[in-house]
Amino acid sequence: MVTTRRGFIKLGVGAGAGLAAGTSVLGFPTDKVEAATRTLKIAQAREFHSVCPYCAVGCGMIAYVLGDEARNAVPTVVHIEGDPDSPINAGALCPKGATTMQLTVNRRRVLKPLYRAPGAADWKEMSWSEVLDLLAQRIKETRDRTFVTVDSKGNTVNRQEGFAVAGGAAFSNEEGYLMAKLFRALGTVYIEQQARV
Amino acid sequence: MSTPLDPLAIRRISASPSPNPSIRNGNVPAVAKLVDIGLCIGCKACEVACKEWNDLGVEDTYNFGSYQSHKALTPNTWDLMLFNEVEINGGLQWLIRKDSCLHCDEPGCLLACPAPGAIVQYANGIVDFNQDKCIGCQYCLVGCPFDIPKYDPKSQKVYKCTLCVDRVGAGLEPACAKACPTAAIKFGTKDDMLAEGKASVDRLKQRGFVNATLYDPPGVGGTHMMYVVPHGDRLADYQLPTNPTPRRGGLGVLGAWKWAGAGLLWAGTVGLAVHFIRFRGARIDAIKARERELEEQEGRR
Repeated sequence: MVTTRRGFIKLGVGAGAGLAAGTSVLGFPTDKVEAATRTLKIAQAREFHSVCPYCAVGCGMIAYVLGDEARNAVPTVVHIEGDPDSPINAGALCPKGATTMQLTVNRRRVLKPLYRAPGAADWKEMSWSEVLDLLAQRIKETRDRTFVTVDSKGNTVNRQEGFAVAGGAAFSNEEGYLMAKLFRALGTVYIEQQARV
Repeated sequence: MSTPLDPLAIRRISASPSPNPSIRNGNVPAVAKLVDIGLCIGCKACEVACKEWNDLGVEDTYNFGSYQSHKALTPNTWDLMLFNEVEINGGLQWLIRKDSCLHCDEPGCLLACPAPGAIVQYANGIVDFNQDKCIGCQYCLVGCPFDIPKYDPKSQKVYKCTLCVDRVGAGLEPACAKACPTAAIKFGTKDDMLAEGKASVDRLKQRGFVNATLYDPPGVGGTHMMYVVPHGDRLADYQLPTNPTPRRGGLGVLGAWKWAGAGLLWAGTVGLAVHFIRFRGARIDAIKARERELEEQEGRR
């Protein structure tokens, strides 16, 4: 191949362009230097105050929700973090509390009461009223069956020993008081509360 | 803690000339995270909060004989509690450490990166990756002395902790610092955090941790995430390099190639112009002479 002056220059320009391409023109960067700011994902969200559902400490939480509840804009929780106004946690959360969004936005979340009859293999969906009726019937029936008025030594005891009750961790003071009052009134001996774990 | 002036003013951009210095940028206070290992209980709330804020999703993990959730950072695990079990004076010590990007002041990743704009260092010291501009070459993995950036083969990009630059830009604290239930992770200006860190080291020394140190390695210009290390004589056991420096390796040569290319392009362009001026007249004359010759031949026929 005969290298002509013109060919050589062409080659030089071509090679130079190739090496400098993409990032610059003649070595001057053309790439606009711009702040690659990440958008704040809660900038458009509404804030809802809540309480952590897990243990009895009752940390304050803020749930950030997108969607204005129009028919096609179903509200979704996009982020949950500690509520800095809460005197209990001052914005902090434990690792379990920090996962609360997974409890809320979760396709495996159970949304309706499930009932498995004695001996049945499968769970059956029930409405809340059905479940509450069933519970009331069972409580009444068990209490009537197991109520003890006088113990073996002749002491008046008026208690039922047929079932125990366990309160939830997210109970407020008042809910805890109501639970204790209701079940003591029924004569229940075994009253437990998850707050004690 | 003073308010950042312009939290997103830019100091440095990968593979690009420095942005114009601004009189405002000089006044932006450097921010820092201080991880006080003496206060850390290893609860992993920072890990979870990081995943949640950054929408990183869960990964399958398995028990490999440690309280640690993952063996190392991954493209979608930017914060990891390390649980190093070490024997000190015949007794077991748990040298735990929150592992995530240290946000070096002289970031090895940024210095190694050949993709313009893929790595940005803000005036407040935060080093962030811009995946839109990342070319997936993984030079940052080589440049980082702390083994922080992780390559995701699926998206062919590299990911790491952003120090929640989006939150910091909105005046919030990073997700990990906010979640921390023992305030082992603090966030504020670098000056404040240095003072807090030194005070904490002094407290540790009084309590008998004579080797306690503040980890702010000068080899990388200091970091914007510092550690208060109770057993400062055992940095290796915390999986911390003793004297880290940006690892440029042979990567600097690539920058030289780009300048060589630009030089060649200039030489070619100037050469073309010179050639045009110098030889165009002669060539036109030659063409005209040839045309006249042909015309004469036609005429003769």
